[in-house]
Amino acid sequence: MIDTLRLTAEEAWRLVDGREISGAELFAAYAGREDDLHAYLHRCDDPGGDGIPIAIKDVIGTKGVPTTAGSKILEGYVPVFDSTVASRCKQRGLRLLGKTNTDEFAMGSSTENSAFGPSRNPWDPTRVPGGSGGGSAAAVTGGLAPWALGSDTGGSIKQPSALCGNVGLRPTYGTVSRYGVVAFASSLDQVGPVAKTVRDCAFLYSIIAGRDENDSTTVEVPTVELPGAEDLTGVRIGVPKEMNEAEGIEPGVSAAVRRAIELAESLGAEVGECSLPRSVEYGVACYYLVAPAEASSNLGRYDGVRYGLRSDAADFREMLMQTRHDGFGDEPKRRIMIGTYALSSGYYDAYYGTAQKVRTVIRREHADVFESFDLIVSPTSPTVAFKIGEKVDNPLAMYLNDLLTIPSCMAGLPGLNIPCGLSEGLPVGLQLIGPQFSENTLFRAGHALERALGFDSVPERLR
Amino acid sequence: MSNWEAVIGLEIHVQLKTRTKMFCRCPNGFGGEPNTQTCPVCLAFPGALPVANRRAVEECIKLGLALDCEIAERAVFHRKNYFYPDLPKAYQISQYDEPLCARGKLAVPTENGDITVGITRAHLEEDAAKNVHVAASGRIHGATATLVDFNRGGTPLVEIVTEPDLHDAESAKRFLQLLRQTVVELDLSDAELEKGSMRFDVNVSVRPAGSDELRTRTELKNMNSFNFAAKGIEREIARQIRVYEQGGIVEQETLHFDPAHEESPPMRSKEEAQDYRYFPDPDLVPVHPPVDVVERLRGEIGELPGARIKRIADTLSFYDADVLVTGGLDRLWADVVAAGAEPKEAANVLANQFVATGIAPSAVNAAELAKLVSARAEIPRAAFDEALAKTGDAGFTAAPYLEQKVVGDAAELDPIIERIIDANPGQAEQFRGGKQGLLGFFVGQVMKETGGKADPRVVNERVREKLRA
Repeated sequence: MIDTLRLTAEEAWRLVDGREISGAELFAAYAGREDDLHAYLHRCDDPGGDGIPIAIKDVIGTKGVPTTAGSKILEGYVPVFDSTVASRCKQRGLRLLGKTNTDEFAMGSSTENSAFGPSRNPWDPTRVPGGSGGGSAAAVTGGLAPWALGSDTGGSIKQPSALCGNVGLRPTYGTVSRYGVVAFASSLDQVGPVAKTVRDCAFLYSIIAGRDENDSTTVEVPTVELPGAEDLTGVRIGVPKEMNEAEGIEPGVSAAVRRAIELAESLGAEVGECSLPRSVEYGVACYYLVAPAEASSNLGRYDGVRYGLRSDAADFREMLMQTRHDGFGDEPKRRIMIGTYALSSGYYDAYYGTAQKVRTVIRREHADVFESFDLIVSPTSPTVAFKIGEKVDNPLAMYLNDLLTIPSCMAGLPGLNIPCGLSEGLPVGLQLIGPQFSENTLFRAGHALERALGFDSVPERLR
Repeated sequence: MSNWEAVIGLEIHVQLKTRTKMFCRCPNGFGGEPNTQTCPVCLAFPGALPVANRRAVEECIKLGLALDCEIAERAVFHRKNYFYPDLPKAYQISQYDEPLCARGKLAVPTENGDITVGITRAHLEEDAAKNVHVAASGRIHGATATLVDFNRGGTPLVEIVTEPDLHDAESAKRFLQLLRQTVVELDLSDAELEKGSMRFDVNVSVRPAGSDELRTRTELKNMNSFNFAAKGIEREIARQIRVYEQGGIVEQETLHFDPAHEESPPMRSKEEAQDYRYFPDPDLVPVHPPVDVVERLRGEIGELPGARIKRIADTLSFYDADVLVTGGLDRLWADVVAAGAEPKEAANVLANQFVATGIAPSAVNAAELAKLVSARAEIPRAAFDEALAKTGDAGFTAAPYLEQKVVGDAAELDPIIERIIDANPGQAEQFRGGKQGLLGFFVGQVMKETGGKADPRVVNERVREKLRA
């Protein structure tokens, strides 16, 4: 009997390689598990391959397999080409289990914006799994996949991983190809791994990362080192006070993060305070200009002409408007409007132009901090998983979920979430952020902390 | 003299003939079955990303250099956002405030010196697809459908914008001709107006002569020949002057010409204040042209047409020089002259008879053509024409034609002439009575008799002489 709740990808791969179980058996173990979390929008038959199974977020294009980005406007759309990441997974023999739920076009922090209904948190099905990549995070923790791919624009990998109690990496911007990934905000979108352990996360990252000639913004990346060290000797860890003392951080979250920082110190890390005042103060505001601006342009292609939904109307103009009216949910509409406004002539300088300047400030402020520290830490999410429906009527409260994940995304920096304890019986995520291309440092530190913390990633109710 | 001065600016689009499209690897070819030269990128499928065509970037730089532009150290692609069925991404990737080439000039030589036209910018962008409006069968009558052919979508264009430095239609036409010749010689584009691989819009306004104000302009679109453009510009200038002189005001509007019906008045439309929401395309990285690449491209540019017109005008008339260069004939002319032909004679042959043959100048052996040109007066006209038509053939030699010498010896011609006069006493009588036109009749008879080999000048002279007798 395969325990899909506990089996790591590394162990699964070892079992398949050693012919202790067949790849098909392994696939069946995950595929046969009932999806009572609504983690998947679409589940696949075993496509074969010599590797282990994987789940992929539904914004990531998969040839021959429906890819809706959680939107009605793409209902029934089946890509004719693989995204680069899907193709790299295929080349390594990974077998696609299915496409996981997401907020529509990855816009949201709870999956409640999915046109196909929310996913549920494996720790408490009345709560959200986070978002937008809640489906991938719920699948990994809920025993529905050994690992998964997510995508992160302002926290869509890190925050769901925090709320579901697993490991998620948002890689350095430019290390993973965006080719074939439904675009939300192109200058921010990054695909990354979601896994049960830091080593799994590092391994999946090594499969998908690297220069892709189909994505001009990608670069060559340093060779990925699977972490093994269990100490943090010589690692300089900064604790930005604005990110650890921000208003709205729940006391239970603060406490768990503080304990993790103390643990890091006992493992040999040099811990010191630092400051990112403007990044935290302006990050969210800046993000909610840049991301919607790019989204307003990226979502223009859903016009009913070539694929996806087409509403009936007398002429092109009417068809276009009716299709977009019928096909987009409230959140994409909201962001298209904000973004269109921010780019409008007469407002461009005040909004988009200024946001880009602030982004440079955020980048510099982070760079300054990394003069003195190898990485910085904070809570990933200010709160533990909230109730389904709790914040749907308050977009601003929902946006503040990403207060702590957004600044480093704006700076293009990598961030790793590892679970660091429980608060009110729900997982708390620790965010580790490093300078550009510091993934190996994040893996090393994440792994050492993970071992020392000994967090049991199987939800109590499922043990 | 008119109290008004016209102000003309041009916006030209040139389709590059790169092997592949601007941002994907689809073939960049004219024609082809609809929607066969497409891929996820140029059809804007979700997640598809553009990658800039290096070759197209280099060709734009090359054109910029030929137009004396500054080449940007950093150029950026912007998105120009608007909805249209032929624009699958709902934005066109173009350039905005950081174009590849800017601040250049093109000197258009004229008999009275150069007209220097400032080049505001030359930038790269992608072309839209093509909408084909058709009547949909099986529908209620009158209903129509629009089909989209994406083959052209995403092909590379260079957009060239001039300063409003032109002041009359003829100069605008000459600028366009010279620019076209430059593009063709650099081998960047076919620049064929009929195929749409070169297109241009003209902005026209008028102002009181001597003033430097810029009044409301109108935009002229869809003119697919240089002569048609010149005529359209002239008419628009006259119209605007009329409007002002009658106390009216010129409104900002676009005049859409119908190339198929040059005589019909253009359709007018108000210019909509479109907000394109330009912003830098985050999918593409800025272009930083390396200095060595720019210098290599500069080295590939030969002497440009404008300079050649001026140089050749030292030898020939300005008109001849202009015709030779803008006709792409001057290099052949120079070779023919170098091979021994008389310059003016060679220019006449090339600009008149040779052009009519449609033979590509590059296919011609200049030394053989030179022999032909030099012998033009000594060989029969028919032989000359026949030979000229074959100058493009591989292995063409002038020798067989040069042997067909004209008969210019009076002693040889006189008996024939006398015989013909004797055979036509009536016509001879009328000629002597003053009907001078009959000279041609006799000359024609002699040419016929000699199989076209007689020298027409000598025949003329002898016939006149004999008839007088």
